Amino acid sequence: MEANDRDILNVKDLHVQVKTDEGSSTLVQDINFGIKKGKILGLVGESGSGKTVTSMSILQLHDKKYMDIRGSITLQGRELNGLENKEMRKIRGKDIAFIMQNPMNAFTPVFTIGHQFIETIKSHTLLNKKQAKELAIDVMESVNLPDPYKLLKKYPFQLSGGMLQRVMIAMAACLQPSVMIADEPTTALDLHSQLLVLRLLDKIRSEYGTSILLISHDLGVISEMADDVIVMQHGRIVETANVLELFDNPQHEYTKKLLRTRPTLYSQEQPYTYML
Amino acid sequence: MSLLQVKQVNLSFHSRKLFKGKDQTNKVLNDISFAIDEGTCLGLIGTSGAGKSTLGKVILGIQRPQQGQVLFQGYDIYNADKATQHKIRRDLQVVFQDSYSAVNPRMTAERIISEPLENYEKLTIGEQRRRVIELLERVGLNEKDIKKYPHQFSGGQLQRINIARAIALKPKLIVLDESVSSLDMVTQSLILQLLNELKDDFGLSYLFITHDIKAAFSISDHIAVLEKGELVEHYHSKDQFLSSKHPAVKRLRDSILAEHPRFRTITTRANMG
Repeated sequence: MEANDRDILNVKDLHVQVKTDEGSSTLVQDINFGIKKGKILGLVGESGSGKTVTSMSILQLHDKKYMDIRGSITLQGRELNGLENKEMRKIRGKDIAFIMQNPMNAFTPVFTIGHQFIETIKSHTLLNKKQAKELAIDVMESVNLPDPYKLLKKYPFQLSGGMLQRVMIAMAACLQPSVMIADEPTTALDLHSQLLVLRLLDKIRSEYGTSILLISHDLGVISEMADDVIVMQHGRIVETANVLELFDNPQHEYTKKLLRTRPTLYSQEQPYTYML
Repeated sequence: MSLLQVKQVNLSFHSRKLFKGKDQTNKVLNDISFAIDEGTCLGLIGTSGAGKSTLGKVILGIQRPQQGQVLFQGYDIYNADKATQHKIRRDLQVVFQDSYSAVNPRMTAERIISEPLENYEKLTIGEQRRRVIELLERVGLNEKDIKKYPHQFSGGQLQRINIARAIALKPKLIVLDESVSSLDMVTQSLILQLLNELKDDFGLSYLFITHDIKAAFSISDHIAVLEKGELVEHYHSKDQFLSSKHPAVKRLRDSILAEHPRFRTITTRANMG
């Protein structure tokens, strides 16, 4: 997966260091990858390997006082690294959407879903409140959320985690971002909601041509969704491969360990008979 | 005689809306009966809201059911005298999902693990420390960790401390309520491995509550499926689960993600082999 001009999002030689009183310490280094239009790039790694640091660097969410971000991050040819906060705010949510692990913390509890939904749309477009509401309902209908009118009037704590995550994704999708970063989007959800959320992400990818950076430690999620996969360990990329290649022929020791240790329903002798 | 017997447990929660007057009854557990034998592990699976954790609380003696009995070693835990209850609590331990909120942030690892020892065993300071170190080593940590506070551990390490605390008194049954769900894959498999070893070493029984079917299968001898407060199926082997025709089980099974990209069902792509 060579970085080239056709990539929507391109990260080149990314180094992130945190400055402390005792000098600086490197969080991630030599990160290179690109995502093409409508593709899903899986990002795998254990906790603390730098997955979230990488995604936060793309969005420029690190505090520049304490963090030193070097390298180049381009979105459709436009350099993001070092961009003014004012400029970045226009990009966040519109061109790059971000879906967090815990949907409960991503909404503010004091406003209704509708209020927050409409606020997001209005701050990035010239639509008025009525048009924004129509757009919100349109998108929610298209992603099969039941009864959008009622849903908009509810407060975040009145919905289940799975439901809230789907609303979150609808909100992220309504401005048709070119890139969506999903940081462990299903880790906090039960199996059935997980399936619904993953289906929804795929729908958005195929309908809007959104490129998705999918961060997960669950190889099940990766094997269902990703086109290409990068594996991170200790702040470095240790392996980059097509998803089939990664599962069939893992190269790096850590990848092999990941594949070996995952729990499985089917014994080695008769693999996947149920699936076939 | 089984170690734990749950007999026709019924539990419902009542709620009353302010100003609307009418009582609402929400049936959480409906006529649940099962048993766990000594040295075995029962995996309890179900979607969120099925009543798994409530059932766990009923078994731990935290949530009294309206009807039915929970018998531990033959004693009814809700109607036992004080001395028996004290004894039961020793043999019945729990490990929760969120390892950080299960410990006091102001206690060191040593104090966390020695708390049950202080309550049940009169040991000298030296003996107690030796026991704590033994326990730490048993769960894969070491002596150096004894003075550390919870925030100095990773989630996986802290879960090991929770496990050390749970096994400190050599209990008979441990309720594992989503104990491995929030850990990453590698840590998860290491903790499952540890639990399996402890089970063999101490002859422990587990009630393994989870929504992760794969994790449940890797540790359980039996599998029970809970759906909307009802125990819908009970299996003694994986194959029974994989071939069950029950709609709730089928739904669960259909939500299992593919183990290899070749068998993916959510995304289909022309370039996929």
